[in-house]
Amino acid sequence: MPTLTIDGQEITVEANTTVLQAAEELGIEIPRFCYHDRLSIAGNCRMCLVEMERAPKPIASCAMPVGEGMVIHTTSPIAEKARKGAMEFLLINHPLDCPICDQGGECDLQDQAVAYGRNDSRFDEMKRAVNDKYLGPLVATTMTRCIMCTRCVRFATEIAGVEELGATYRGEETQISTYIEEALTSELSGNLVDVCPVGALTNQAYAFTARPWELAKTESIDVHDAVGCNIRIDCRGAEVLRVLPRLHEDVNEEWLSDRSRYAVDGLALQRLDQPYVRVDGKLQPAAWETAFAAIKARLDGLGEDRGGKIAAIAGDMADAEAMLALKEMFTALGSPNIDCRQDGAKIGGKHRGGYLFNSSIAGIEDADALLLVGCNPRTEATLVNARIRKRWLAGGFKVGVIGGTSGPGDDLTYKYDYLGAGPETLSEIADGSHAFAKVLADAERPMIILGSGAIARDDGAAVLELARNVAEKNNMISADWNGFNILHRAASRVGGLDLGFLPGDGGRDVAGIVDGAGKGEIDLIWLLGADEIDMAGLGNAFVVYQGHHGDAGAHRADVILPGAAYTEKDATWVNTEGRVQLGRRAAYPPGDAREDWTILRAFSAILEQPLPYDDLQQLRDHMVEAAPSMGEIDDVAPGEMGAFGVAGDVGAEAFVSPIDDYYLANAICRASTVMADCSRLYTDTTTNTGSTGGATGTNG
Amino acid sequence: MKRVPAPAEQQPGSFAFTAENLEVAKGHIAKYPPRRQASAVMPLLDLAQRQHDNWLPRAAMDAIAEILEMPRIRVYEVATFYTMYNLAPVGQHFIQVCTTTPCWLRGSDDVISACKSKLGVALGETTADGKFTVIEVECLGACVNAPMMQINDNYYEDLTAESTIAVLEALAKGETPKVGPQSGRHTSEPAGGPTTLREFMGDG
Repeated sequence: MPTLTIDGQEITVEANTTVLQAAEELGIEIPRFCYHDRLSIAGNCRMCLVEMERAPKPIASCAMPVGEGMVIHTTSPIAEKARKGAMEFLLINHPLDCPICDQGGECDLQDQAVAYGRNDSRFDEMKRAVNDKYLGPLVATTMTRCIMCTRCVRFATEIAGVEELGATYRGEETQISTYIEEALTSELSGNLVDVCPVGALTNQAYAFTARPWELAKTESIDVHDAVGCNIRIDCRGAEVLRVLPRLHEDVNEEWLSDRSRYAVDGLALQRLDQPYVRVDGKLQPAAWETAFAAIKARLDGLGEDRGGKIAAIAGDMADAEAMLALKEMFTALGSPNIDCRQDGAKIGGKHRGGYLFNSSIAGIEDADALLLVGCNPRTEATLVNARIRKRWLAGGFKVGVIGGTSGPGDDLTYKYDYLGAGPETLSEIADGSHAFAKVLADAERPMIILGSGAIARDDGAAVLELARNVAEKNNMISADWNGFNILHRAASRVGGLDLGFLPGDGGRDVAGIVDGAGKGEIDLIWLLGADEIDMAGLGNAFVVYQGHHGDAGAHRADVILPGAAYTEKDATWVNTEGRVQLGRRAAYPPGDAREDWTILRAFSAILEQPLPYDDLQQLRDHMVEAAPSMGEIDDVAPGEMGAFGVAGDVGAEAFVSPIDDYYLANAICRASTVMADCSRLYTDTTTNTGSTGGATGTNG
Repeated sequence: MKRVPAPAEQQPGSFAFTAENLEVAKGHIAKYPPRRQASAVMPLLDLAQRQHDNWLPRAAMDAIAEILEMPRIRVYEVATFYTMYNLAPVGQHFIQVCTTTPCWLRGSDDVISACKSKLGVALGETTADGKFTVIEVECLGACVNAPMMQINDNYYEDLTAESTIAVLEALAKGETPKVGPQSGRHTSEPAGGPTTLREFMGDG
């Protein structure tokens, strides 16, 4: 543990800490461009030069390990002069186009030039110009602005796991490029915009839209998958202009997947902004009273024993408050037919450990062997995948895959053994006859991750049982480690399971509801943002669709109740780990749309069975009573384990990941034009090229 | 000089080492420890360039990335970094004229203008018949025989405008001109013949 002195303050830090990190611990900020604390050290921008006593030259503090007795000066004339020199060199070729640059106002170079820049240039040669590069439809490039920090190259190589970016050519001609003008094949490419310290890589979808100081910033939670990424929503007026990741070490670190970042234009398109009622086969705009009256009339027509004839399904982006209100309304109506497992997953019940990602996302870094069953984490939970890659890069981590991917050649961004496609391989591991069983048995902290491709099938309960056997036989569950994990892909799922949004005694599950509707046994179905069920199979049932987008559910609906999207409501979300997080409203819902729980509260009053809460706080208090875990904000309580799953025969069909198109996985994405472009590009590989026509972006 | 990759229409669809070259490639790979085979990227790029008319198509770089099990971009980085890899087709005789200070002082401007006028091309261009490409390069390390030019693997030194044209004419006729100094001196001996220690030789 070396002790050193920085600006007169003594500090003792771990060996192998760098001078820059030690200074940061003291709260001394050293300017930097190429250094990024989650990427490897490059040391090429030279902005972090500091003076070290008895050293002949200033040192690059980002790359210099601390040593005993070092004396560092970060603000001495030598350090200042060195930084001013580095800045002058950086500005030699950087264009003075801040007024037309999207990074303006949030640009590291701009900020640091204020502190270290000269107000004139001594360089009277021509500036360098570099042709723009094509990196796909998400990242706009103006490579003339690039200062060669190589953060993007390191991000793509290390975090995203796609070695497609590089520094080509040399010296003055150096360019950051893919060389072959192909879109990056990563679901994390939006983060290149965040790591770029200048305006070389910017957000294509947000290009020339706003300046950062115009935006209202709201800290919230992402719902495009079940990871529960922490996000910041930037709005101008009612319009959500962009979404950025927010730091949460245990969930998304500081990254965000492309769907979460770029589908925001879908929030303004295909919106349900007023109630509709189907009249003579056509949906007609209606007032709230009319819409409610139509539902009440239908309910009243069902007679006293209507409970068995009505059903509710919660979709993938339903918030906990709305699910609780809907559940209680249906309980009051006497119906046990409610289900939040739109995909038909055979999970839920009193053992919380049976449906959670028990190891926790950060816990992946402690594991030493992993078995993925029926899931493709790269598309289902991109940041869980990034965490698996991070663990894999650290070494000594064997990954086995059963189904879920398209085969042994599918790129998950880390090496894995493809063990088989279906349940029989899992059976072999369970009885120890498979070679990978030994890997799990020898590991100290092995993990198994079940995706919905493994449990959302007819034999799902038997697969769950089998997986639990694998976990128990291989010491995956002990006092300080739980390696049994379910990887959800819907933001609503764990919240729904925690609240018991599940069929009651004698109630029907999703398949039963759809089947019953087709046979005429179910007469009224309430879809809370549920779009992923078989709408054609609903027969003549009266469908109430409460949601925010005109997707499959709204097309089938007889009554549409316009709800709020995740950016438009204060709502509780529970991620796949069981972590309860609060999303906050960044904008108001459009037109007549309302927050979902208030719609249900209003309708319950019309039914003359009012729900027992009049404001959000009462609802939340009530929710904590119903499910105590809901009160533990941002906390992950260990899931209780038990004998979940049902022993039984497993089928032979392969596990298939339910996501066939990452970019079109939910109603918001399907409304987004940016996601449509991505889908076209990435699903049809023949179009995976583009050209920027030799532009250099700044026109001189 | 800006090195630009050949446009897509000039890029061949595929590349494979000949059986003979594949053996040579394996020899290069064997020089490095197991799992460090990427170290062989430079000799393999050179081998591919020699096999493929003195330039490297993208397909060749991709093939090498495949052989060495490394990401393609890492091969592109190496190939674009080093100027001796040609990224676009060049003439059968690839002429690199040194114009760094010693050669320039000794008359490399004459060599350049001789090349230009004899071949009718500007620097960086290839003759219409595809036989010659002329470029100017930095020091090739033969300053003692300045001015000089390199044509494919051979050095032609002690050049004048006339001897440059003679070399080019011989090449155009399909002959191989004498490699080395064109002034008649032997390698880099003093221009007036050997002098050192000569006076002692008579004394025995």
